[in-house]
Amino acid sequence: MLTILFDGIAYGMLLFVLACGLSVTLGLMNFINLAHGAFAMAGGYCTVILVNRFGVPFALGLPIAFLVTALIGGLFERTLYVHVYARPHLDQVLFTIGLVFMAVAATDYTMGSSQQFVQIPQALQGQYNVFGIGMGKYRLLIIVVCGLLTVLLQLLITKTRFGSRLRAAVDDQRVARGLGINVGAVFGITFAFGSGLAGLGGALGAEILGLDPTFPLKYMIYFLIVVTVGGTSSITGPFLASLLLGIGDVAGKYYVPNLGAFVIYTIMIVVLLWRPQGLFARSTAR
Amino acid sequence: MRPLADEVSAYLKGRARWSPLEIAFWIFAFATIWLFPAKHLILTETAILALFALSLDLILGYAGILSLGQAAFFGLAGYFAGLVAKYGFVEEPVVALVLAGVAAAALGFITSFLVLRGSDLTRLMVTLGVSLMLGELANRYSNITGGADGLQGVTIEPIFGRFRFDMYGHTGYIYSLIVLFVCFVIARRIVYSPFGLSLRGVKGNSLRASAVGVPVKWRLVAIYTVSAFFAGIAGALLTQTTAFCSLDVLSLDRSADLLLVLILGGTGYLYGGLIGAVIYKFLQDWIATLTPQYWQFWIGLVLVVIVLIGRDRIGGGNVALRTYIARLGARLMPRRTDRREAPCRFSKQ
Repeated sequence: MLTILFDGIAYGMLLFVLACGLSVTLGLMNFINLAHGAFAMAGGYCTVILVNRFGVPFALGLPIAFLVTALIGGLFERTLYVHVYARPHLDQVLFTIGLVFMAVAATDYTMGSSQQFVQIPQALQGQYNVFGIGMGKYRLLIIVVCGLLTVLLQLLITKTRFGSRLRAAVDDQRVARGLGINVGAVFGITFAFGSGLAGLGGALGAEILGLDPTFPLKYMIYFLIVVTVGGTSSITGPFLASLLLGIGDVAGKYYVPNLGAFVIYTIMIVVLLWRPQGLFARSTAR
Repeated sequence: MRPLADEVSAYLKGRARWSPLEIAFWIFAFATIWLFPAKHLILTETAILALFALSLDLILGYAGILSLGQAAFFGLAGYFAGLVAKYGFVEEPVVALVLAGVAAAALGFITSFLVLRGSDLTRLMVTLGVSLMLGELANRYSNITGGADGLQGVTIEPIFGRFRFDMYGHTGYIYSLIVLFVCFVIARRIVYSPFGLSLRGVKGNSLRASAVGVPVKWRLVAIYTVSAFFAGIAGALLTQTTAFCSLDVLSLDRSADLLLVLILGGTGYLYGGLIGAVIYKFLQDWIATLTPQYWQFWIGLVLVVIVLIGRDRIGGGNVALRTYIARLGARLMPRRTDRREAPCRFSKQ
């Protein structure tokens, strides 16, 4: 029982790291980025190549995955995404789905279609037994890393100058522009950072979520649920939504294996019927 | 009030008149039965895709609902038609086709209430979620649906007990084309009706539409259900003409490809889906001969390039073509030109 809760929390934390970049970019530019999962996949494959082929230590592979994906994200943002911000949602969906298709096919071409595994170090395998609760070491690592990241993100957004600029831009882009905030630059940096986080999440999650070329398609719905259920105005919303989704999914798969993925869809539908604007949306309308 | 009402109805009738080019289009479409008898299999696929795209156009082009889950209706009706034929519940294919459409429409009606809540993003999530859920269901109950191997052992009885489906797809093509035409006529009737006009109003500005007394919610529910019905007919047609149904009828790729089809042809324009389907099939055929395995990459590239160039510019070509066509039509039927001024007149009052 508690083990399931533990696994669910680890899973949820992972989803949060994967999806928080998406929620911020969505809230900031009202931009629907279905290709977010592609960045996560890029991070995952980056780690696989580094660790398995070049023997880079796992602990070093993670930050490199973050940096590489952030770079790719920043590059794409500057060269391609900027042209699509002002377009209608239909264009954004078409554009990002096109990117996903390209990413899937390109990965299939270069890396093969089989599932990839990261060789995680010996020290992270096995599990601790605390008060009769089996805690996988690797999942513990995920919780610690993701928890730290969450705290860091929260501090970054609430305490720093960049964070206040970001919040101002999310609240009202036009006024923020009028006050001299370079919204484009804020967005570019946020996008790159969000992509980097997705990459890190993909690298960490390769072990739990599985990593194959269809990754961006398979987890697209999870990201969308996190973002719509959590709302896009803060990071606490997506965080709680991710935890709910993670625990719900793990518990559902454990207790009612026949229903499998239905649990999360049911959660989604119930939440949507109850609070169409998202579970944790702010009451003030924008 | 009377003259205004007359004017409006005259305007609507003028708009809804079949232009010579439309008639020529359909004559050509039916002529393909004799022109390309060797290509009937791929033409059948094209006709089904065209019908499917038409269903998406009804909600995307006319009501502005962004959907990634049109495959849900397609797949549900596909399995419905397959199962009904396999176990011999309904022998007559035409009846089974309509029943499958109704089943899809029922699903559309139920899910429409979820879809109508929230923003574009929520709609994307819900439509995608519904189709994934059905995919999961079909996968889970593989004893009924055949799972990953697909539904096998489906035999479709002859249409009206007379026209047997042959392996060259001749019957299948004629059948699909007739169904496409009938559905098109219905869709055309809907779009040019006052109901269709009110949908355009809802798409343009739903707040104002509700202010002039259009029940926005029910209009959207209705069109979503109708669209689900057409998508279902398309799915059932695929099952009936191929006597097979597999899990990929429910896949996300199918919905995403459909968006591409519609974008290639142009949205908010009934022939968009039809023309798009033809272009798409040619493109698919051509790319598949170049790189059979990675053609998804090129599809993605086409999508990205279309958006970067600008849908409007591609659509602009369409609009230019359409105005040309309209002018041609006006020359052939001079009476139409004075009807065109009608909207200006009653908007001034």
